[in-house]
Amino acid sequence: MAQSKPQNVFAPWDDPNEVPLIRFRNVTKRFGTFTAIDSLDLDIYRKEFFALLGPSGCGKTTLMRMLAGFETPSEGKITVDDVDVGPIPPNKRPVNMMFQSYALFPHLTVEDNIAFGLKRSKMSRDEITARVTEMLRLTRLEKFARRKPHQISGGQRQRVALARSLAKAPKLLLLDEPLGALDRKLREDTQFELMDIQEKTGTTFVIVTHDQEEAMTVASRVAVMDHGRIVQVDTPAGIYETPNSVYVADFIGDVNIIEGNASPAGEGRVSIHYAEGAQPIIAAADHIPDGQRVSFAIRPEKIVVGTEPDPDRTNQVRGRIVDIGYLGNVSTYHLELPGGQKFSAQMTNARRLARRDFTWDDEVWLSWTETAGVVLTE
Amino acid sequence: MNRRLSWFNVTTLSLGFAFLYLPMLILIIYSFNASKLVTVWAGFSTQWYVSLMGNQQFLDAAWVTLRVAFFSSTLATVLGTMAAYVLVRAGRFPGRTLFSGMIYAPLVMPDVITGLSLLLLFIAINLDRGIFTIVLAHTTFSMCYVSVVVSSRLMTFDRSLEEAALDLGCTPFDAFRSVTLPIITPAVISGWLLAFTLSLDDLVIASFTAGPSSTTLPIRIFSSVRLGVSPEINALSTIMISIVAVGVVSASLVSKRAIIRQRQEELAGVRA
Ligand SMILES: Nc1ncnc2c1ncn2[C@@H]1O[C@H](COP(=O)(O)OP(=O)(O)O)[C@@H](O)[C@H]1O
Ligand SMILES: [Mg+2]
Repeated sequence: MAQSKPQNVFAPWDDPNEVPLIRFRNVTKRFGTFTAIDSLDLDIYRKEFFALLGPSGCGKTTLMRMLAGFETPSEGKITVDDVDVGPIPPNKRPVNMMFQSYALFPHLTVEDNIAFGLKRSKMSRDEITARVTEMLRLTRLEKFARRKPHQISGGQRQRVALARSLAKAPKLLLLDEPLGALDRKLREDTQFELMDIQEKTGTTFVIVTHDQEEAMTVASRVAVMDHGRIVQVDTPAGIYETPNSVYVADFIGDVNIIEGNASPAGEGRVSIHYAEGAQPIIAAADHIPDGQRVSFAIRPEKIVVGTEPDPDRTNQVRGRIVDIGYLGNVSTYHLELPGGQKFSAQMTNARRLARRDFTWDDEVWLSWTETAGVVLTE
Repeated sequence: MNRRLSWFNVTTLSLGFAFLYLPMLILIIYSFNASKLVTVWAGFSTQWYVSLMGNQQFLDAAWVTLRVAFFSSTLATVLGTMAAYVLVRAGRFPGRTLFSGMIYAPLVMPDVITGLSLLLLFIAINLDRGIFTIVLAHTTFSMCYVSVVVSSRLMTFDRSLEEAALDLGCTPFDAFRSVTLPIITPAVISGWLLAFTLSLDDLVIASFTAGPSSTTLPIRIFSSVRLGVSPEINALSTIMISIVAVGVVSASLVSKRAIIRQRQEELAGVRA
């Protein structure tokens, strides 16, 4: 991930001088009495690969369709390059969309599908031919140029849809669940292809997905949505490591959540009392009022399971192994704490199976550092 | 799938088909009758076909009918397709229910009423009755059939194809012309064929709206039958039956196949 290399990081959102390409200002979209998008603010920067993530029905497609011009906001304003796009019809916007359904023209060949938008621009015939050839090469479809959509495979259709939306070199490309129908292998290949194309063309991509892994893989930033609102916008690492709410923590990856009451425990730390008689959890956190009800969220892989407590880690809790999920490279331990809370921990299997130290019903020690989890107030 | 038909099915089927096609079969057989008497068989002959070719009245009427059918079905197809597009696509607009009700009303309206009201209209606006008025009248009643056929196709048409066209820079009209129309063409053609055959065999509305110089074939046949059924009429009817049978059946087969093929292609273009 780009975040691990501090030199020339791509992070226009941290640069106060950078002007966003797209701005949503207090945008609300209602269908009748149903609010699909709820007073939403969002900035997307040039050359970003921006992912919208959220459960089905949370308003991702609606957001895209407003950008493309198929829906008009009930309230608020959307600007692209500082121009209010409200009054601009879809055919005049510098935006192209790759449809969730591909929407290839069944009566046209692959190359005519790709050339469709170009023929409606001021390009000359030769330029169009050149551009189509370039697109066919980029998406590796040269051999299928003369075929019709029903004569090619699902993965190839998806690439035609991509080539068609890229052909006009839009300022902004919208991809609505572009890889939803592909099997896993093809999907992963295509994700890397997409990132490659995005890098080569410098287009700004907004991708909708309900697959969190996909969002984490391709995106420069991820917005997590819920019921027409954006809950958090951050880099994939930021979303994963420092979720701002239980919703986000729970939505991305596996997480253990323990609820308790916070009390200050020295500079930048709180202790969380989660069960009668149990040692409170110590975690790094700022500005938590005394007695505040909080949720402590910690990822399974941040926990060390051992027969002895790990002296280097502040938090040490006893647990009983309920189940072990063996996944080859890692094992997931499902545990029960003395207070009855369920917990899961993940360890890489550095040793061979036969030499593992513990098994079902063993009493073990769970240890983690102060900074391994996050304290959430929502 | 080698299910055998039960005797019940066979009987029902034969009775049904006999009911439908026996009259026509008798008519066709008697058109080759050598006798002038309709009810007496006197040997095979094609003389009535020969004499039909010399009957200028029938030939004129046939020419009128063909022209009327061609122009009215073409006009009805244009108008009916436009109406269907608006009804299916425009979503809710004030008066939509009224509009769609008004388009489909002629489907159930008795021909006599349609014909009479058109006649009154033509008299009121002082329009001389002739081929033109029959074309107008046939357009009015057949466009709703076209509209039904085309709108049922449009309802299964994926809207995102049109949106994709808009997204790629088409104006709404351009999107219709270059994406929607080519895809729904088979349905439009079947609508046209339907309108054509409806116009071809209409008697009631045509007799209200025809002028003295524009007698259509059904009117001519009807009036001559009142003087007694001549074998010439049988011959003429046989020719019409063959035209309709060959033309419509093969065309509808072709267009049905085209619709199925296109539907498959469309499903391929639009991921489920
Ligand atoms: N044209 C529409 N009319 C009424 N409700 C709609 C319309 N489009 C979307 N919705 C509703 O808005 C919500 C968000 O839809 P959508 O943006 O498609 O969700 P997502 O793409 O995140 O699954 C859904 O509950 C959906 O039913
Ligand atoms: Mg969607």
